[in-house]
Amino acid sequence: MTRLFGLTLAACTVAVAAFAGSHANPALKGAVDARNAQMSMIGYHTGLLGGMAKGDVPYDAATATAAAENLAAAAAMNRAVLWIEGTEQGAVEGSRAKPEIWSDAAGFEEKAMMLEAATAAMVTAAGTDLDALRAAMGDVGASCGACHKAYRGPRN
Amino acid sequence: MAIWRGLGLVALCAAGAGWFLTAPASLPDGYGATHTPDPEAGQLVFAASGCASCHTAPEAEAAEAPVLAGGLAFPSDFGTFYAPNISSDPAAGIGGWSLPEFARAVTLGVSPGGAHYYPAFPYGSYQNMTDGDVADLYAYMQTLPASDTVSRPHDVGFPFNIRRGLGLWKRAFLPSGFVMPDPDDPVVARGRYLAEGLAHCAECHTPRNAVGALQTDQWMAGAPNPSGKGRIPNITPAALQWSQGDLVEYFTSGFTPDYDSAGGEMAEVIENLSQLPEADREALAAYVAALPPIPSP
Repeated sequence: MTRLFGLTLAACTVAVAAFAGSHANPALKGAVDARNAQMSMIGYHTGLLGGMAKGDVPYDAATATAAAENLAAAAAMNRAVLWIEGTEQGAVEGSRAKPEIWSDAAGFEEKAMMLEAATAAMVTAAGTDLDALRAAMGDVGASCGACHKAYRGPRN
Repeated sequence: MAIWRGLGLVALCAAGAGWFLTAPASLPDGYGATHTPDPEAGQLVFAASGCASCHTAPEAEAAEAPVLAGGLAFPSDFGTFYAPNISSDPAAGIGGWSLPEFARAVTLGVSPGGAHYYPAFPYGSYQNMTDGDVADLYAYMQTLPASDTVSRPHDVGFPFNIRRGLGLWKRAFLPSGFVMPDPDDPVVARGRYLAEGLAHCAECHTPRNAVGALQTDQWMAGAPNPSGKGRIPNITPAALQWSQGDLVEYFTSGFTPDYDSAGGEMAEVIENLSQLPEADREALAAYVAALPPIPSP
């Protein structure tokens, strides 16, 4: 499975690189913009859940479930067409991706899977009750932090 | 001839004065003698001081009992510094050090052999650490695992490789004590102790002058990132308008008010601060809110 994923990723990278070769910057910039939009989606929905976890907003199972479902969907987007090579910080405006994302692809994938697992667990927790939501928030936050620590560069 | 003798005497006096001015400082006798060391309290001092963030091996994951083998590189304008092994190994680490030797290293930046440490090691902040906290920290660090990894020498060129010169640097540039004037509010005072003493926030958040000294008139107003990419943010109220509740949440979970999350070195800081009692995170937040507002340059 990992091998298949690796091959697919390699094929996509070649295809996208070929595309990038002919269109240079726009393809890479598009990927970075799309990633930043994905991060905004993750941040927005985490914020809805966080507001309830902190008690700023009253807990509501339906709202929490909707937020958690969108969060999980945003977290599970296929990385092959988003995290393309040549889009690290410094190479493309707006990117804060560290080169380690590509030089340590296995480590990056592990952190991404942490986020997928934490947000999938949040879907169940968010619909259960406030205590479950609060508990699930910890893993979501830890997965954000773990990946940003290793793979996100400083703000410009 | 007399003029040469005179000049020789002046040179000798200058050299003598230089030798005196660059001499490593010592601690008073009986340091920490009245305190009963508590390794459990020391674990919190260790977390607040962020020791593991720099002294664990670069590839090491966060651990319950971190192995302080060193090896992490710190590039700077003066060369590259490498965090040394400070594990409990008696030969490769600091397991053979006495408490006074440890305290002199941490608070004065002087090795047991009497050599000055480079200020990549934040002793300028740790000088504010109480004797009791130093003794507790020492007791806790003795309980951590040993590593026989040999410390990597720093890669620093002339003239910065003459450690004796650091004695003058310390005299000229290290702030003596706290930078924020004594606060009336005991919560802010605790926050000042944590921020300026243990957590050494200013080492990154305050800009440095040409010889690497903190510009205390720009306290916490942000600085270029030594990695060369990006800036470390201004955290004075002139730039950071988070509530104290926002700050406590950030120190606990790493989430900003708009649910971005801490990254890079700050993610490590959050890992450390999240281990502290809630009251200490509130004190840190009170300190940050009480900082004089300084606009970003």
